[in-house]
Amino acid sequence: MEKKKTVNIDLKQYGMLFALVVIFAIFYFMTGGKNATATNINNLVMQNGYVVILATGMLLCVLTGNVDLGVGSIVALTGATAALLVVDHGVAVPLAFLAALGIGLLSGVFAGFFIAMLNIPPFVVTLATMLMGRGLTYTILQAQTKGPLPDSYVQFGAGFFVTKHVPFGDGGKIDLITIGVAVIATVLIIMSQLKGLQTKKKYGFATNPIWQIVVKNAVILAILWFFCYKLARYNGIPIVLIIMLIVVGIYQFITSKTVAGRQIYALGGNAKAARLSGIDTRKVFFWVYTNMGLLAAVAGIVLSARNASATPKAGDGFELDAIGSCYIGGAAAAGGVGTVIGAVVGAFVMGILNNGMSLVGWSTDIQKVVKGLVLLGAVTFDILSSKKKA
Amino acid sequence: MSDIILEMSHITKDFSGVKALDDVNLQVERGEIHALCGENGAGKSTLMNVLSGVWPYGTYTGDISYKGEVCKFHKINDSEQKGIVIIHQELALSPYLSIAENVFMGNEQTSMKGVINWTETRSKAKEALAKVGLEDEDVNTPVNKLGVGKQQLIEIAKAMAKDVELLILDEPTAALNDEESAQLLEIMLELKKHGVTSIIISHKLNEISYVADAITIIRDGHTIETLKKGVDDFSEDRIIKGMVGRELTNRYPLREGDEYKIGEDVMEVRDWNVYSPDDADRQIIKGVNLHVKAGEVVGLAGLMGAGRTELAMSLFGREYGQKISGEILMHGKPVKIHNVKDAISNKIAYTSEDRKTYGLVLIDDIKHNMTMAALRDTFSKNGVVDSSEEILKAEEYKKLINVKANSINQNVGALSGGNQQKVVLAKWMLTQPDVLILDEPTRGIDVGAKYEIYTAINDLAKQGKAVIVISSEMPEIIGTCDRAYVLNEGQIAGELTKEELTQERIMKCIMQHNNGKGE
Repeated sequence: MEKKKTVNIDLKQYGMLFALVVIFAIFYFMTGGKNATATNINNLVMQNGYVVILATGMLLCVLTGNVDLGVGSIVALTGATAALLVVDHGVAVPLAFLAALGIGLLSGVFAGFFIAMLNIPPFVVTLATMLMGRGLTYTILQAQTKGPLPDSYVQFGAGFFVTKHVPFGDGGKIDLITIGVAVIATVLIIMSQLKGLQTKKKYGFATNPIWQIVVKNAVILAILWFFCYKLARYNGIPIVLIIMLIVVGIYQFITSKTVAGRQIYALGGNAKAARLSGIDTRKVFFWVYTNMGLLAAVAGIVLSARNASATPKAGDGFELDAIGSCYIGGAAAAGGVGTVIGAVVGAFVMGILNNGMSLVGWSTDIQKVVKGLVLLGAVTFDILSSKKKA
Repeated sequence: MSDIILEMSHITKDFSGVKALDDVNLQVERGEIHALCGENGAGKSTLMNVLSGVWPYGTYTGDISYKGEVCKFHKINDSEQKGIVIIHQELALSPYLSIAENVFMGNEQTSMKGVINWTETRSKAKEALAKVGLEDEDVNTPVNKLGVGKQQLIEIAKAMAKDVELLILDEPTAALNDEESAQLLEIMLELKKHGVTSIIISHKLNEISYVADAITIIRDGHTIETLKKGVDDFSEDRIIKGMVGRELTNRYPLREGDEYKIGEDVMEVRDWNVYSPDDADRQIIKGVNLHVKAGEVVGLAGLMGAGRTELAMSLFGREYGQKISGEILMHGKPVKIHNVKDAISNKIAYTSEDRKTYGLVLIDDIKHNMTMAALRDTFSKNGVVDSSEEILKAEEYKKLINVKANSINQNVGALSGGNQQKVVLAKWMLTQPDVLILDEPTRGIDVGAKYEIYTAINDLAKQGKAVIVISSEMPEIIGTCDRAYVLNEGQIAGELTKEELTQERIMKCIMQHNNGKGE
């Protein structure tokens, strides 16, 4: 006589993932399959690694109902610091990275101090750090490009994880390590799903219908295997991908499972209520912006490594890509709504658009117009559809 | 003799299959004050939105006839053109603009096309203000410098400037204190003399029986009855009977029996002084001493502006005021409380009078709101949230205090005021407090939900919690409390036992205190 407890999967949550697949498919036809080559998939990951890292940090700012405009400049400043130390002063690469991370952290503390302790609007504070960061970058680089960087540096942006290639198909090769990782990931995903179901059953919580769970996981696994197969046919797993997955994993966990994460959502949803519930809103603001500085430094290292040099114009406009990724991924401009995974999907939507349009041969001017329209369209759709529901 | 200005007949309006209004009829006579009564969600506001064109013609069925002609309003402008103006609960004023600008917002006085005639704006604004008893206000004052009561009057002045004939007021006194409310009611009577017809929606039944000529009662989307002054019984009990469909013989559940025991002092406050956060020289709370025992419900009565909320919020982790001095003792031991977190760990809870602004994250769901304050201490290990435990507790408390919602995953923004208040209460019950300070726990919620809140208060007392109830409604203090302090101008003007608690005694305390200072 037990009442059957099921709930439907929230389609909106997966809407952008669906859009991602559709956009990819459209460009597949427009480029005659060029965007699905192993080389291009590898490029996609490498080109978007730093945007994903920035979007992850930016999501926390967006959750508080604000943005950080300074990240592009901090990316440039931290990349320049590391490159300068390595090239001009012969500092060991790990130490240079530490210094870059330190600079990023400091810039975050600087912004966080003004925002949290002095109540200066984040828009103004980060507009200032944007100008200051860019200016300092030009100053320390003397407006010159700094490079080339040694291999031990460059591998963090353009290198690959260890590989074990075997011949595959007609004269090609495939990396067994990547395939092995895909197998392990598959097993882990299925196990975590089963464990989640078990917990829900144990407590008698509502579960999704079986077919929905199967479809959802089939789609996720299909994307996983597509990526892994393509990467395996190329050079294996890029180091950038590993860095990216670690960052995304950590922040997905923080936002969804920890008290700290919940406090960010509460602050974004209603700061006054959060305060009266014992949440130190100043502390939350301070750490969100400090953290953004740190992640900007990570992105700065990855970007300079990929380019094998640091340029004063590096990271120009990245803040807007990161903010756009969050909004496309379903975050609300007013704060309190959004997920890390959403921001990552948003970053890839932007990335696939960029990549596809370049392959088709559209100029960067037109690309900007299209990106603008997609951002506007995604947010408009989001707002209109949630309005209808209410 | 009867001259019907407005007749709404057989109005039916549904929202995706759910009937909010079902064959509702309303007749309003010219020049009368007509009250609409009903519990929250009964359909009062929906009916007024149909009338004013918020819900355009065609989205409902039924007829509206105004001054003898059938009306088909497509937007709010259409109804305003006819002289029907609705003033919503949430004020529609622009805080930094002046009184004059606000009075003519959307109705600007222009000489040429689009060029504002300031002389006319100011002089006409003055006329409109005179009609609502604000002739002494400077029309150039920004409205955010005025109190809520005056802002409400500005709204009415705004309506007067539009040559209103039918004025609709949705909960006009919800945010006002007794004095301001009384002033507003007098203005309504004054307007009536000038031939303005009014429809008022209010939960404050004493005001309705004072001001209204006729009362139409709506329950669950149906018109139940219309009572006429002089013909029908106009008492509060009679109105409540119509609203809830049964006689609420006792609006306040009794605390009787062995399980209710008043124990030792749980919280004691000694010589508490607080200065205004804006002005370090202005003392808001002056030498307050109070104590509350386990299982006791203590009232904090007083007029608005007496400093009740300020006192409560300064006690609750110094969330209000500066230069705070005094001592808080919990179970006889002095405790140091610097912020809300300290207050929570010392087992003090406070529910704000403004649940939407200070109590809830409206875009989040019931379970997250319920666990917000207790998250760190009760629902997490090493900073990681135990979401299963969270769901279990939320389900438990949803049942315990009867939150009416489909699931704990529903957003609290979609709940009625009464259910929102229950979520706030659950949030603080989950922090396992010894003392709960409830600031206006039943403001703006309907009679049925009020009863449930009172029952919850009694349950808390039964568990040996100490409860402090702050309320502007004296009957509520009298009905729920074992003892009450009367606060006046930041000082304790008196302490009344259960036997002494009457409205007269409370008012006498305030008067004597005022006079005592005059001498």
